[in-house]
Amino acid sequence: MEIKWYIFLSLALFCIGIVGVLTRRNAIIIFMCIELMLNSVNLLLVAFSKMHLSGVAAQFPTLASDAQIFVFFIMVVAAAEVSVGLAIIIMMYRNTHSVDINFLNRLKN
Amino acid sequence: MSAIIISAIWGVVMMFGGVFLKKSSSPKYWAIAGIIILLIANVMEFFGWQFFNIDTHGMVRFDNFTLVFNTVAFACTLLYFLLNGRDIEKVGNGNNISEYFALIFFVLCGVAISSSFKTLLMLFLGIEIMSIPLYILTGSDKRNLKSNEASLKYFLMGAFSTGIMLMGIAFIYGGNNLASFYIDNLQLGNGTLPVMVGAGLVMLVVSMSFKVSAAPFHFWTPDVYDGAPTVFTSFMATIVKVAGFIAFIRLFQSSFGVIQSQWQGLIVIITAATLLIGNLTAVFQQSVKRMLAYSSIAQAGFMMLALFALNDTAKEGLILYAAAYSLASIGLFAILARMQDYTIEGFNGLGQRQPVLAITATVFLLSLTGIPLTAGFTAKFYMLLAAVKNGHQLWLVIFAVLCAAISAYYYFKIIQAIYFKEPTENINHQIDVNRRFEWLLIIVAGLIVLLGVLPGLLVDWLYY
Repeated sequence: MEIKWYIFLSLALFCIGIVGVLTRRNAIIIFMCIELMLNSVNLLLVAFSKMHLSGVAAQFPTLASDAQIFVFFIMVVAAAEVSVGLAIIIMMYRNTHSVDINFLNRLKN
Repeated sequence: MSAIIISAIWGVVMMFGGVFLKKSSSPKYWAIAGIIILLIANVMEFFGWQFFNIDTHGMVRFDNFTLVFNTVAFACTLLYFLLNGRDIEKVGNGNNISEYFALIFFVLCGVAISSSFKTLLMLFLGIEIMSIPLYILTGSDKRNLKSNEASLKYFLMGAFSTGIMLMGIAFIYGGNNLASFYIDNLQLGNGTLPVMVGAGLVMLVVSMSFKVSAAPFHFWTPDVYDGAPTVFTSFMATIVKVAGFIAFIRLFQSSFGVIQSQWQGLIVIITAATLLIGNLTAVFQQSVKRMLAYSSIAQAGFMMLALFALNDTAKEGLILYAAAYSLASIGLFAILARMQDYTIEGFNGLGQRQPVLAITATVFLLSLTGIPLTAGFTAKFYMLLAAVKNGHQLWLVIFAVLCAAISAYYYFKIIQAIYFKEPTENINHQIDVNRRFEWLLIIVAGLIVLLGVLPGLLVDWLYY
């Protein structure tokens, strides 16, 4: 399959993520949309890695596998972010009994 | 290298120290000891004494620029601990003191990585290690709804911008011909920019602008800085923000510097917008804490000039700006953290009540404005000089000077309140200060004046 289909797919996922972050009001759903953005990047990195492996980096296989290692780093960092983010959302829920970000207007004035 | 390792290890030590250190004031001394060790190790590495010699395949490199900046950042953190140690102990009923210090050490680890990276992977890791502890520190006042809100907002915005940054990195990886994440190795010099690399470049600019709160991606800044506990606002508005700029200039100078003409227009727009929005909105603020948040956006606009100019003078200027801005803001926030009333009226008559606090606050405010004989002036001078040397878009220099003039209005409003207004009645004016705090403030003010008179003391180390 050509590389452009992978690019289209991951861009579509990425845009779904961005639209979700900008329009949804529930903190958990916004959070899921951010995870979707990160995962679309993972998909794209692996696809590019394979593309380079069969193209410019054919004689340097270690170079092209850098991107696949990058994906693991993204997963680990995303897991760290999830643990912090869910803790923050729970902290907010304990104080307000809601995870709606419309609540976030106390600082505006 | 020692900065990364020691700060990470000391963070873990502090975290376990929370279990064993029962006496509430001892974590502070452990943290101060740790930051002194960090500072000494960093200075020794600068003079060629390496504790650790680890082969990272060139993924991080500690050159003079990095080491000088790390020294500035650690020295500022030391002053920050000394000035604010007691206020950190009060945050959130004082239950988790050593954890706060541990998180600050993890942030310093991120600062060291993001000022020394040589691959996009290390850039990503550095920025993330810097941000994730800050999300926690922002929300550390758990019962306070404003702190909760600031923390959630900071977290969502930060994670969102991370997603954009990663997409940019993926595009740059896919578009360049060498299949490489090394920023020295992108090979963009031949003619036009490939479409994918161009898209990745724009995404990187957007996400880094989020991190350093440059307009039009600054909207989270005032809310987060306002809602976070004042001691932690002080830390993230100074050291962390400046480290973001160091990462920004490091990325752009070594990778995209050769094709600067193709993206300079974007930086010009961001710089001008940041200067204008930061200064204009700061004028209308009533709360000093919120005003300082907007003024930190305005100062970010000045630091963006380094990115616009991208020459050696810009690097010198950025180091100087890092020191000047961090010292002045840390001092001002330390005074603010001791006050009961955060509005400008709260400063009324401070000159009569607390003469030492008043005079040092005046020095900090003058330095932020950029009055000669203070470090703020020389820093701004270097930035403008760098922009003039670059030779393009000279109107931006004039515009920056005009914006600095606007900034005089809201900084001087506080000086006016300190000296020329009578203290308002029926407020409990008790500001809790001791001799040590006053002497530390005098030392910070003295450093600012010293750097203002002899900027070479700091800048010359870049060419050591």
